[in-house]
Amino acid sequence: MPSSQPKIKLENLIKIYGQNPQRALKLFQEGGNRDNILEATGNVLGVANVSLSIEEGELFVVMGLSGSGKSTLVRCINRLIEPTSGQILIDGEDVTRVDQERLREIRRTKVSMVFQRFGLLPHKTVLENVEYGLKMCGLPLAERHEKAQHMLDVVGLHQWANYAPSSLSGGMQQRVGLARALATEAPILLMDEAFSALDPLIRREMQDELMRLQSELKRTIVFISHDIQEALRIGDRVAIMKDGHLVQVGTPEEIVTNPVDGYIAAFTQDVNRAQVLKTGSIVRQTVPFILGKGSARAALDQMQGNALTRMHVVDRHGKPIGILNQAELQNAVTSNVQDVESVMSTDFPVVKASTSLEEIFHLARFGVPMAVINRSGKFKGVVEQSDILASIGRLSNDKADVPQALSTAV
Amino acid sequence: MIPDIFNWLFFNQSSQIIPLGDWISAAVAWVVVNFRWVFQLIRIPISHTLNAIEAFLQWLPPILFIAVVVLFAWQFATRKIAILSLFAMVAIGMIGAWTETMTTLSLVIVAVLLCIVVGLPLGIASARNNRAEAIIRPMLDAMQTLPAFVYLVPVVMLFGTGKVPGVIVTFIFAVPPLIRLTNIGIRQVSEETVEAALAFGSTPKQMLWEVQLPLAMPTILAGVNQAIMLALSMVVIASLIAVEGLGQMVNRGIGRLDVGLAAVGGLGIVLMAIVLDRITQNVGKSSQNSLNWRDRGPWGALRKLTSQRRPSVSTP
Repeated sequence: MPSSQPKIKLENLIKIYGQNPQRALKLFQEGGNRDNILEATGNVLGVANVSLSIEEGELFVVMGLSGSGKSTLVRCINRLIEPTSGQILIDGEDVTRVDQERLREIRRTKVSMVFQRFGLLPHKTVLENVEYGLKMCGLPLAERHEKAQHMLDVVGLHQWANYAPSSLSGGMQQRVGLARALATEAPILLMDEAFSALDPLIRREMQDELMRLQSELKRTIVFISHDIQEALRIGDRVAIMKDGHLVQVGTPEEIVTNPVDGYIAAFTQDVNRAQVLKTGSIVRQTVPFILGKGSARAALDQMQGNALTRMHVVDRHGKPIGILNQAELQNAVTSNVQDVESVMSTDFPVVKASTSLEEIFHLARFGVPMAVINRSGKFKGVVEQSDILASIGRLSNDKADVPQALSTAV
Repeated sequence: MIPDIFNWLFFNQSSQIIPLGDWISAAVAWVVVNFRWVFQLIRIPISHTLNAIEAFLQWLPPILFIAVVVLFAWQFATRKIAILSLFAMVAIGMIGAWTETMTTLSLVIVAVLLCIVVGLPLGIASARNNRAEAIIRPMLDAMQTLPAFVYLVPVVMLFGTGKVPGVIVTFIFAVPPLIRLTNIGIRQVSEETVEAALAFGSTPKQMLWEVQLPLAMPTILAGVNQAIMLALSMVVIASLIAVEGLGQMVNRGIGRLDVGLAAVGGLGIVLMAIVLDRITQNVGKSSQNSLNWRDRGPWGALRKLTSQRRPSVSTP
């Protein structure tokens, strides 16, 4: 059972800032909204009744504009901000009820954090910054030096260990912040607008770096962002907040293809769909020919039966190994060649289902259908140039400005 | 009582309606009778420290003292300040105020040490607790604005005359800026830095020593500098309760209408103030300098010299 429980679970989380939160809370429970609570009590509703489950190993992005309560939400998880009401369960333990001693224990071993403006200690060296969390745990000097040095290697800053943080660039400083958060080996990583203060190029580089680290370390990451592109790019799932409320939670594709309201649709309007949509979502499922299950004759029959002009061939494990062309197969059958392997072409593109459409554009120009494989390398279906264009066209055909933009580009 | 208030409000016939003066006199007299022993106990450690420091400074040959101060200034401040200190101290000796200067310096040192011992914890307390700040702040205002002569008398009644009450009145006048600047320094530490330290599970103690005090240190050192300056400005007033030193020179000069003697004492105070101010101000600044202290000043020069010689030794 514990394996199936979410890593972090928020239940009816409410945070109200101000002098008299209990009165405002009562008002909120009676159906008040942000504006009339502010008017009646002078208190500000920060987070309004948010319930969420975040699974282990997930990169979960909370996205919203400034003032939407996203930073408050993430600070409630490690109680840098005390929630007014509700529960926060980490591995089933209610963090809102623990005493200070246990809270420090949780902050040291379970939840670490990366800050927007890095939050580095300017009077300590880079190495001392990275080992700060370990020092709080009471680790002996030699051991924490070693761990911190290793973490600096991981983020590629080992030669900067003895410099002051202020002598590093913004991107490098945030790598130090990241190394510090990773050094404690806490399974949960909170990242509050971690890349927002960086230049666009560096930001993208850091996103790649984070995704690379995440694929190795498999932490549970709660990432706060005000940038929808960033959210859709790195998030396994994305939650969008507005005025303290949770508006939609879903995978990037769900958010783009199926926005719950106009607010989210407006957000995703300028998003590059080709970047968000994965090949797996537009794959056309076809039946491949399994090598060894019959002769060229049988292959031709299967092809004609399914009204195909081209068909992929897979081996016994389902791995795509070739592609058959109807004309060539017809010739082979008439000249009495039985061996399918000698007829098929092995020159065809293979793409993973998790690849974004943008990345397969360049493959489409060959005119050969792409074989789409799943995570274990098994054939899943095909994608052709027309499928890619159709999927993007279908998504944006209700917006008149898109074809115009295209025509001016041409 | 009611007619008194009426007469005052409507006819400006002033009379003491609340006999505050009498009350305070009575209270001080009562404390003197019943608790003088407490103040006499407080006297002991201050008196011992003061005597030891003064004896040491008077015993020290001036050349040695000057050398130590100049090297210290060069190492932790700048060479320019070292040269300035050299000239100032030689001038003090030349005008015949050396012994008095050492006496005054020992009083200032003890008073400032007392300021740090008492002021730093109070500053930390008022930074961490708004209620503590609300209580401490008006007391600091009173300490800074109340004329020293007002508390001179009760201090003498409680502690007697001499050096220790001198330290006490100096302390009362000099400690407020240290408390204020410690408070401000800690409160100015950026919120995100504090948040980061909290997020990694710092205890309040760890927060103080690892984050708040180191980051507030330049401001706290500015407070120490201010305390030293104010302590020096109190030495003449302290001389009224028989404290020896430069202040006494001024006081005696005024008493005998000896302008020269008063001027010598006054100049001694000024020169000492300049030396102490420049050195303490720059110690605070140089700690933010990127260069390690070992690579600067006389120590750095020494290291450079030895490291230059080393290759010539190692090559056969």
